[in-house]
Amino acid sequence: MSGQTLYDKLWHSHLVEERDNDCGLIYIDRQLIHEVTSPQAFEGLRIAGRQPWRVDANFAVPDHNVPTELHERSGGVAGIIDPISRLQVQTLDDNCRDFDILEFQVNDVRQGIVHVVGPEQGVTLPGMTIVCGDSHTSTHGALGALAQGIGTSEVEHVMATQCLLQQRMKNMLVRVDGTLQAGVTAKDVVLAIIGEIGTAGGTHHAIEFGGEVVRALSMEGRMTICNMAIEAGARVGLIGVDDITIEYVKGRPYAPTGEQWDRAVDAWRELHSDDDAHFDRVVELRGEDIMPQVTWGTSPEMVLPVSGIIPDPATMDHAGEREATERALQYMGLTPGMAITDIQLDTVFIGSCTNSRIEDLRAAATVIQGKHVAPTVKRALVVPGSGQIKQQAEEEGLDKIFIAAGMEWREPGCSMCLAMNSDKLGVGEHCASTSNRNFEGRQGFGGRTHLVSPAMAAAAAVAGHFVDVRNW
Amino acid sequence: MKSFTVLQGIVAPMDRANVDTDLIIPKQFLKSIKRSGFGPYLFDEVRYLDQGEPGQDCTNRPINVDFALNQTRYKDAAVLLARENFGCGSSREHAPWALEDFGFHCIIAPSFADIFFNNCFKNGILPIELDANVVDGLFTEVYANEGYSMTVDLATQTIKTSLGETVNFQVDEFRKHCLFNGLDDIALTLNSADAIRSYEQGWREKSPWLFDVIK
Repeated sequence: MSGQTLYDKLWHSHLVEERDNDCGLIYIDRQLIHEVTSPQAFEGLRIAGRQPWRVDANFAVPDHNVPTELHERSGGVAGIIDPISRLQVQTLDDNCRDFDILEFQVNDVRQGIVHVVGPEQGVTLPGMTIVCGDSHTSTHGALGALAQGIGTSEVEHVMATQCLLQQRMKNMLVRVDGTLQAGVTAKDVVLAIIGEIGTAGGTHHAIEFGGEVVRALSMEGRMTICNMAIEAGARVGLIGVDDITIEYVKGRPYAPTGEQWDRAVDAWRELHSDDDAHFDRVVELRGEDIMPQVTWGTSPEMVLPVSGIIPDPATMDHAGEREATERALQYMGLTPGMAITDIQLDTVFIGSCTNSRIEDLRAAATVIQGKHVAPTVKRALVVPGSGQIKQQAEEEGLDKIFIAAGMEWREPGCSMCLAMNSDKLGVGEHCASTSNRNFEGRQGFGGRTHLVSPAMAAAAAVAGHFVDVRNW
Repeated sequence: MKSFTVLQGIVAPMDRANVDTDLIIPKQFLKSIKRSGFGPYLFDEVRYLDQGEPGQDCTNRPINVDFALNQTRYKDAAVLLARENFGCGSSREHAPWALEDFGFHCIIAPSFADIFFNNCFKNGILPIELDANVVDGLFTEVYANEGYSMTVDLATQTIKTSLGETVNFQVDEFRKHCLFNGLDDIALTLNSADAIRSYEQGWREKSPWLFDVIK
């Protein structure tokens, strides 16, 4: 019998009841809650007269709707100008109070994007099962946790039962061996993987990321990769636990201490796939081959190296691919044969649950230090992922570097990644964005998103168009 | 949960691959704290020519006449015919809420994104996966025949088209059972409350650091 994958181990250790057809009732250790996908779940509990199964398994923080400009932010919930957003954030506060759930409210220094705050606070720990009504919950898999996004009905289900009924996933291994070139980052690795397997490549699978390149990454880089597992179609991204994971978790506010820490570490050391584990699919990439990536279209799989040329739909045999490319080029206002480096930018956005951690901000600051945003770039935003990251960046002087370069230094939140607050693109604007989705309208009605790493975004801000950050 | 037994209705085409949940229901409508009222904003960015806002009355908005759902022949559609990887992107259940509120109770595609697929069953919507070439054939028939409709029968797992053809489909037995009977899946899971408590006790002994910390 072959060994177990990390996914198999996490599945079996949380299996409450096995059902037919490879389904199971699995126990959920942690539910992360934000304001957008929870109000209807709380309402459902109230209507049915149900209580949360285990209050201490839940943790909440508002992030999607919160303003990131200080003048609007400083008034707290009451200061949110958009009345519909304000009601949604207020509703989260009210629900957490009524159900006695721990929440970091809008102006708590620990507030931030839920997928940044969870690991930062030790609310996320290795070996856990974690759910959240947000598809980028895959982020937490970087710590060796089985973490996934769910819909609001399931948010209510987990609140009421502490369990999730689901089909066991298939196992996929994406192995990246070798080393990365200087200037190539975790973001480029995951975009290259999505370019390789497509946005449906990981459907029905849990993707484990492994290989020398992944092992050498910091936790920040690993979270960037697992964050975008969903853009490859996989609800779950995973990376096995090693010294880097354990070192990261140690000392976090909600991490175990003393004797419990030692016990936990012993258990966490087992959280990796066995050498002889079977994977249903294995994809291999070489680190040396990965170049800085830029998306040109309206799906994350429409991605090229920065040296690339916009594809020509006329040369495509498959009708569906041709039509999709034509539609994407029309939306993006790009023409076949154009160089990626000739795309002129109006906006630069550095932030989101993909790339707003301290390492991301340092990478962007290193590139932009002593330089200035190009005059043709109308707006460049830097939005830290949490209040604590903001504080740390300010202690390191990163805020001064960004401000001196002509960038705006904002308060933490999801911001322009999905533009639910007032940070949004105008019609036709091109944006170099460190976020995760380049769908039509994602960053604002008619907006045109190009996904890149923080270093590439900073370099593009200075040049006014994309440049190869390896030559910076 | 809403039930689904037999559905008879007009079929409308959504002829593009990788339709994401941002396209199904744009983010500004997610600010609502309700479960209903999303239908007028379904596919908002391709359905209308202007930018929609939550709560807006859509009756006088400029419409995109090229978009299928704006054509009279598809006005009362109940079945949406779609392409690969339908519902990719975010986990927002507002996407099936909007589809259901518009009047779609069945979606047929060669493949669906996982979270969206799962969310459909919670809202009385039956997502059906069929071979890409079968879906291709259905698209041809929809375009060629105004008033093209079908009867989708969950019990027998069959689709009968208005041209007289029959197509069989697969559905997971448990999901079928819950959808057919409109069962409350929380109540169902709570039937296993003893098993959950017993698991929880063992897990607490094994991993005490996961309990009583977040409060």
